[in-house]
Amino acid sequence: MGRKITIEPVTRVEGHGKVTIHLDDKGRVARTRFHVVEFRGFERFVQGRPYWEAPVLVERLCGICPVSHHLAAAKAMDIVAGVGPDDLSPTAEKMRRLMHYGQMFQSHALHFFHLASPDLLFGADADPAIRNVIGVALQYKDLAVQGVLMRKFGQEIIKATAGKKIHGTGAVPGGINKNLSAEERDAFLKVPAPMNADHMIAWAQGAVDFFKDYHKKNKNLIDGFAAFPSNHLSLVRKDGALDFYHGVLRAVDAGGRKILNDVDYSGYLDHIGEEVKSWSYMKFPYLKALGKQDGWYRVGPLARLNTCDFIPTPLAQKEFEAFRAYTNRKPNNMSLHTHWARLIETLHSAEVIKGLLEDPDLQGDDLVRKGRKRHEGVGLVEAPRGTLFHHYRINDDDQITMANLIVSTTNNNEPMNRAVHWVAMNVLDKQKEITEGMLNRVEIAIRAYDPCLSCATHALGRMPLEVELYDGRGERIDRKTK
Amino acid sequence: MSKPVIATASLAGCFGCHMSILDIDERILDLIELVEFHKSPIDDIKTFSKPCDIGLIEGGCCNSENVEVLRTFRKNCRILVSLGECAIMGGLPAMRNSIPLRECFDEAYLHGLTIDPAAPKVIPGDEDLPLILDKVYPNHEVVRVDHFLPGCPPSADLIWKALTALLERKPLDIPYPLIKFD
Ligand code: SF4
Repeated sequence: MGRKITIEPVTRVEGHGKVTIHLDDKGRVARTRFHVVEFRGFERFVQGRPYWEAPVLVERLCGICPVSHHLAAAKAMDIVAGVGPDDLSPTAEKMRRLMHYGQMFQSHALHFFHLASPDLLFGADADPAIRNVIGVALQYKDLAVQGVLMRKFGQEIIKATAGKKIHGTGAVPGGINKNLSAEERDAFLKVPAPMNADHMIAWAQGAVDFFKDYHKKNKNLIDGFAAFPSNHLSLVRKDGALDFYHGVLRAVDAGGRKILNDVDYSGYLDHIGEEVKSWSYMKFPYLKALGKQDGWYRVGPLARLNTCDFIPTPLAQKEFEAFRAYTNRKPNNMSLHTHWARLIETLHSAEVIKGLLEDPDLQGDDLVRKGRKRHEGVGLVEAPRGTLFHHYRINDDDQITMANLIVSTTNNNEPMNRAVHWVAMNVLDKQKEITEGMLNRVEIAIRAYDPCLSCATHALGRMPLEVELYDGRGERIDRKTK
Repeated sequence: MSKPVIATASLAGCFGCHMSILDIDERILDLIELVEFHKSPIDDIKTFSKPCDIGLIEGGCCNSENVEVLRTFRKNCRILVSLGECAIMGGLPAMRNSIPLRECFDEAYLHGLTIDPAAPKVIPGDEDLPLILDKVYPNHEVVRVDHFLPGCPPSADLIWKALTALLERKPLDIPYPLIKFD
C-alpha cells in the first residue's frame, strides 16, 4: 500500500507553499516535493508601464523585504537612464546603501527574534501553543523587547531614506529623491540608549554570542540537521568583501572551488538558466556550466559567508573568522548554520549603518544624475534571503517590454526541496505513524532557508502544518494538524 | 471576562500589511495583553475552533484557495476588515486583470529569458496546485466586508487606532491624515 503525505501550511486554503511526500508500500520515502502554490504574472502585466514606475511597482511583490526589489529595479533602471553603477553621486549611492543595510538589519532581526528564537528558547519539541513569538513575549519579555526595538530601528532607517517603512519611494532611476538631514541623522546617533546605532551594535553582538552559546550546547542538532553539500552563489565586492548592495557574481562548489569567478552580473544570462516543473509555480535556477542536474546552488546568509573572502567591518570580521575556522575555511554546508551566518550579517549591518551615518556625504545635494538612455538594464542586489536578479527591456516610448526576475526564494528552491527530502529520509522513512515532532522538523528545515515562501508568505511566524496520510487508493488514513 | 479574539490572513497580498501590524512596535506588547490571537500566520492555529471578534484580511482573491479561506473567515468572524489596497481593490496583483491569464503564464514559463528554449515546454499544473482565478477579486465581491482600512500598507498608526476602536466597540473615528496615503 503506497501512501502520500501532504503537508500543507496554513490549511489547504491559505498556504502559498506546501509539501508532499510519497511513500511506497514498505513505508519508504519514494518522492518528496516542496511546492509553491502562488502565481502573480508580474512579468507580463508590467509590460507597457513606464520604466520609472518599476521600483515602486515591483516592491509590492514582497512586503517583507520591499527595499530589495525597490533597489534591484532602481539599479536596472539606472542603466536605462544612462547612469552606470559607478556614475551615481556619492550621496545617492550611500543613501541607498543606508536604506539597504537598514532593511538587512530589520529583516534579520525579525527572523531571529520572531521566528527562530521560539525554537531555540523552547526547543523543537515544545508545546506549539507557546512556541511562537507571543510565547516569547510572555516568557522572555526582555528578549522580545530587544527584538521589537531592533526591528524598529531598521524600519526607522528605511523611513528616513525611503520616506515610508514599507513600500517607500527613495530610489529613482539615476539616484535618490532625498538626502539625510543632520536632524534625521542625529536621531540615530545622538539619542539615549537603546535607540542609537551603538546600542544596536551591542545588541547584535549579544545575539551572535547567544547563538554561539546555544551551538556549544546543541552541537548535534545544529551541525547535523539537514546538512548536505551544495554550490553557493552571491554577489561579492570586487575585492572579495561581503557586500549586499553591489558587486560581481561569484559561486563556489561544496569544496570551495570557484565555479563562477567574479563575473559582471549584466551577463547573468550566460551563466544562469531556469527549469520549469509542472508541480510548482516557482522555477528552478541552475548554473549553466554545470547543467540542470548539478548546477543548483544555495543563496542567502550561509552562501554569502561561503563565497566572500572577508567582512569589511571589524566586529563582524572577527566573528567571520570564527565561522570560517569552524569548517577549516571550507564552505559550510550545514543548513542550521544559516542562523549563525545571519546573525553575523546583522552585526555587520549595524556597523555599516553607524559608519554611513557618520559620513557627511549623506547631507550632500547631488541626488540624481542623467546619461544617455539605453534600452536594457540588469540590476542585482543581495536581499536578506539571497541574490535577487532584475532584468528589463524598454522601448523608445519608455515603456517596459520585457521583465525577467529571479527572486531569492526561487534561487533557494532546490535547496529547500533537498532539505525537505533530508528530513523525509532521516525522520519519516519507514514510519507508520506521523508525530508532531516529525512535522516540526520539516518545518524547521524550510524555515532555515526562507521563512517567507514565494517572497511573500508565512513570514510572521511558524508555519502551521497539516499532514495527511493517504493509502494507495487515495483514501485518507491519518491526519494530524498543529 | 475573556479577551477579544483576533484572527488574520494573508490572501493575494505581499505580507506588507502584516508587517505594518508589526510596525506598531512596542504597542505589540500591549496588544497581546489586550487580545487573544487565534488563526493567524503568527501562531500555530490553523483552523477556527471558536468564534472570533475581528478578522483582518490582507490581499484579495487570486486563486481558489483564497476564496475558500475568505469564506471561512466570514463565517467565523463577527467583524471582517479588508486591510490595505489589495484586499480593498485587488491592488498590484489586479494589474493582471486586463490581460488574459494565459498570456501571464506564457510570459513567465515559456518566454522567460532564463528558460532553456530547447527544453520541453511546461506550464505548471498539478493536483497539488490551486487553480488561479481568471481575475483578481476584491474581498467584498466575494463576501460581506464590514470595514476597509486604506493604504499600501495602511500605516501602523491607522491599524492601531482602528483596532483599539473596534475592541472598545466605539465608532471608527479616523483622522484624515491617517487615511490619506502616499
Ligand atoms: S496593500 Fe500593499 S502592503 Fe498590503 S498586501 Fe497589498 S501590496 Fe502589500
